[in-house]
Amino acid sequence: MTTTEPLRVIQADGGVNGYDPGLSEPELVHCYRTMLLVRAFDAICLKLQRAGRIGFSIPNEGIEATQVGAASALRKSDWIFPSYRDFGMALYHGVPPLEMMHNMFGDARDGAKGRQMPVHFSFAEPIRFVSISSPIGTHIPQAVGAAHAARLREEDTVVLASFGEGGTSSLGFHSGLNFAGVWKAPVVFLCQNNGWAISCPAEEQTASDGFAIKAEAYGMPGVVVDGNDLLAVRKVTLAAVERARAGDGPTLIESKTFRMGGHSTSDDPKRYVPAEQVELWKKRDPIPRFEKFLEASGLIDAAKTAALRKEVEEEVAVAARAAEQVGPPGLETIFSDVYATIPAHLRKQGEELFDLGRRRGDAHAGDGKFPL
Amino acid sequence: MATLTLLQAINDGLRTAMKDDPTVLVFGEDVGKKGGVFLATENLQRDFGANRCFDTPLSEDGIIGTAIGMAMNGLKPVAEIQFQDFIFPGFDQIVSEAAKLRYRSGGQYTAPLVIRTPFGGGIRGGLYHSQSGEAYFCHTPGLKVVVPSTPHDAKGLLLASIADPDPVIFLEPKALYRSVKGEVPEGSYTVELSTLREARPGKQVTVFCYGAMVPVTLKAAEEAAATGVDARVVDLRTLLPLDEDGVLEHARSTGRVVVVHEAPRFCGFGAEISALIAEHCIEYMEAPVVRVTGFDTPFPNTLEHHYLPDHRRVLDAIERVAHF
Repeated sequence: MTTTEPLRVIQADGGVNGYDPGLSEPELVHCYRTMLLVRAFDAICLKLQRAGRIGFSIPNEGIEATQVGAASALRKSDWIFPSYRDFGMALYHGVPPLEMMHNMFGDARDGAKGRQMPVHFSFAEPIRFVSISSPIGTHIPQAVGAAHAARLREEDTVVLASFGEGGTSSLGFHSGLNFAGVWKAPVVFLCQNNGWAISCPAEEQTASDGFAIKAEAYGMPGVVVDGNDLLAVRKVTLAAVERARAGDGPTLIESKTFRMGGHSTSDDPKRYVPAEQVELWKKRDPIPRFEKFLEASGLIDAAKTAALRKEVEEEVAVAARAAEQVGPPGLETIFSDVYATIPAHLRKQGEELFDLGRRRGDAHAGDGKFPL
Repeated sequence: MATLTLLQAINDGLRTAMKDDPTVLVFGEDVGKKGGVFLATENLQRDFGANRCFDTPLSEDGIIGTAIGMAMNGLKPVAEIQFQDFIFPGFDQIVSEAAKLRYRSGGQYTAPLVIRTPFGGGIRGGLYHSQSGEAYFCHTPGLKVVVPSTPHDAKGLLLASIADPDPVIFLEPKALYRSVKGEVPEGSYTVELSTLREARPGKQVTVFCYGAMVPVTLKAAEEAAATGVDARVVDLRTLLPLDEDGVLEHARSTGRVVVVHEAPRFCGFGAEISALIAEHCIEYMEAPVVRVTGFDTPFPNTLEHHYLPDHRRVLDAIERVAHF
């Protein structure tokens, strides 16, 4: 029921031994472009953060194949309960980079109205990419609840819950997987073992032999996959999704990958990640790997690759410039959406704030530097 | 109209909601076959099936976390936490998740769920079957906190909570489950949230209270009347969002106020009432606001009747305030 050797599809020469990913040629190129888009988005956010124009960002370099491969196994009617390092899944399903940039700047057009830190996205369309929360693991039982609800409503929706290997130490991981096992909920648990939970290595999170093996205790299959192999991630996720959709219950996937950057822009991984580990994983970069497959399949060439890179870089640059022009949300957004209807005491508190502004001028914004 | 206990009124409320709305689900520990340790969910599984009323694994985090997911995906979960004392593994789900979901997603996602849980002392339950944790929840924007004290209100407030678009913590005074009886209308009706109930008219002193302290306070008010003090008793019913204007109106009209609750005094709900009055209508006050509360200790077992405010302590406070 549980595997320990990571499944691989894409070989060193780009061949796939006859595996049919079940994606059209444009869809395969879209996978590739989405990985490039994630990397370009990261790169510009890092620059914006270093220039003090946004406060914070979370790098994704190295794990793009896991995000895109897993997302490609879902329908638009499925749900994603993401971790804070998953936005490639939203990009894959068509959330425009500009929507994300509004969140990075916390501006007036941000879907979450500037209430959350950057990278804590929330999208309801074109796929349900559920509002990200910072506490670790709390979204896992919620994903199970959403999946169980789908089943009770007799819909064939599948829910993907994604978290890091550090998340497997949380209360939510245990209760989520336990409930899902008991209820046979149509949910897929994607554990992205990227090696590090901020500064703590994976082996400090568990005494188990890896993370997929934990599935056995919850009565579900556990599968290990090479997380830098987009087609392999797609293959195992698709199998898990189909299993869930057929009513056969949940699966735990351990995607073995590596976080090439820091935990966030407030973190310097050189203080704790051994340099040779970074060097090793650099050679396993998921983007050239998928590139090789596409080249071997005759879908792209050097010229096409260069054009795509330029295209995504321009797209994120345009998005950043546009979002920066928007400006902050209105003061009234402090008080709205706490409840469906603003209650009397919040109206009063709002009026007090507006009145103070009229009498004594506005409050000054901080410098936006995240204090870590 | 039937005469029901508070517990029967809650069962009737759940039954009514499940009958009227097929998305309403009832789940928690032992709520299925057994009907809950207090029997609040008795026969709901028998009558509505195991897809509508079911037992869960023994995990408050799991119960509340999955309830949030179900609420996000179009169902109306009414989750039971067996004792409020055991809610804390699910506290993160309540405070970090349910309470903040609408806000942090700009309204894209919401968690309209109800968490029912028996709270308070009076059953010789000791430290872990007696606590009154309302202040923890009242300090959390995004939640509604509701506490009935009569069978009529228990059903009406529960139905209003289930219909509400926001997450509701529904605290059931377990000491009153079987000790109070009252007339309860058949079928569906609601008692509007965030409204006070004047449980006893009076002109000299206003006593604010809720839950199991309401009958205690009413008894004290009767005794006060015998000594010539006319005390008004106001049942707060919804603690968050509180009807602040209603509280201030009552405070102004008598100029003398006592607040009664079982929970510890420090940073308890009485402090909020007292501060509201101090901020907004101190010029009307003829006496300091006096709090009658549990002590700032864990909840004792054998001596619980000394810990819990009783009619003697409430009467004492009423007289002190009346004769200040």
